[in-house]
Amino acid sequence: MTTNERIDIAIVGGGPAGLAAGLYAARALRRTVLWERGVIGGQIATTSTVENYPGFAEGVNGLDLALAMRQQAERFGLETRYEAISELRRAGDGFILASAEGEVPARAVIVTAGAEAIRLGVPGEAELTGRGVSYCATCDAAFFRDVPVAIVGGGDAAIDEALFTTRYASKVYLIHRRDELRASKVLQERAFASSKIEFSWNTVVERVDGEAAVESLQLCDVRTGERRSLPVAAMFVFVGQRPASELLRGLTRLDAGGHAIVNEWMETDVPGLFAAGDIRAQSARQLVTAAGDGVTAAIRAEHYLAERFDAAA
Amino acid sequence: MAHPADTTDTTFDADVLQSDTPVLVDFWAPWCGPCRMVAPIVEELAGEYEGRVKFLKLNTDENPRVASQFGIRSIPTLLVFKQGSIVGQIVGFRPKSDLAKRLDAVL
Repeated sequence: MTTNERIDIAIVGGGPAGLAAGLYAARALRRTVLWERGVIGGQIATTSTVENYPGFAEGVNGLDLALAMRQQAERFGLETRYEAISELRRAGDGFILASAEGEVPARAVIVTAGAEAIRLGVPGEAELTGRGVSYCATCDAAFFRDVPVAIVGGGDAAIDEALFTTRYASKVYLIHRRDELRASKVLQERAFASSKIEFSWNTVVERVDGEAAVESLQLCDVRTGERRSLPVAAMFVFVGQRPASELLRGLTRLDAGGHAIVNEWMETDVPGLFAAGDIRAQSARQLVTAAGDGVTAAIRAEHYLAERFDAAA
Repeated sequence: MAHPADTTDTTFDADVLQSDTPVLVDFWAPWCGPCRMVAPIVEELAGEYEGRVKFLKLNTDENPRVASQFGIRSIPTLLVFKQGSIVGQIVGFRPKSDLAKRLDAVL
């Protein structure tokens, strides 16, 4: 069933890119609806402290920032719907977005679906998710008080979450497949200074063991091939993200990593279809740049509507 | 919109396990961002399922006994109880339509 409502700009994804796009689109008096399939704010919703968004001298809680962005955009008329968009296709001179609630037409679409956590893909990981395997330390670390836990990864997210987890755990093992961290220097220094964090370099997780909950990890040293078992009550995984670009597959061009290929105006090769934020190729993948991308896409979408529809009316 | 009442370590048996109507319990904590996002959705569902399902919430920080009894290791977690047994478990944030579907499946 297709509804008769008329949406000027549909936004898919409620992270910083989508919320910034929503603010500009709604403020340009375009009827704008944003769909979010999970938590508003996307990746920042589970970030305890955002320290690198300009304007917050002392840092800001990620979810608080996301809720403030939503409130600001809604003040100008943005509508937010908590549904997953399952299909996006061209129809006539616009698009159709399908969700469990039905199909909705829109004249322009900005896809800001961002990126999702990569799983390790090892035995035991899926079975023990929610039972010690987690992709959000800020959500779950408090359940592991005074027990040893493991963090897998070496980037900013892994180190940030490792530092957060030291508040609760008796010991935090940082398991990283390389011999150096990718994380920013300031985070590295804090991690090296923590007496609770112990580093396992050149090491990968091969298996997660446990009956009803995580009991240990089987580790392998990638240089020597030596295997050992590490007793921990939890494994938090932060090994990177991949773009959530399934909706765009077959509709527009993606690069080898699955990122949408856009020009400097966030335009795809389909007129009226934009992609912004972490989902696009060649992004710096920062909160600030995602928000900037969203704004660029919204301004261009507004021009598109003015040229394509308003002029003809 | 109905506001789910609190259940605690002391009242859990009477509130949930001995309830004649099915019960959905929202396990949450004040520091959990995604939990703050689940709460309004649970409130909406509480309104829609009024009379058919009892909606309660449990603060895992203040009520560690129940949380550990049911092996809660990740929040938000929603558990659905029928005649004192768990019939449904949803870990992590899900859109409302998903939650309704999962709830309908076990009722």
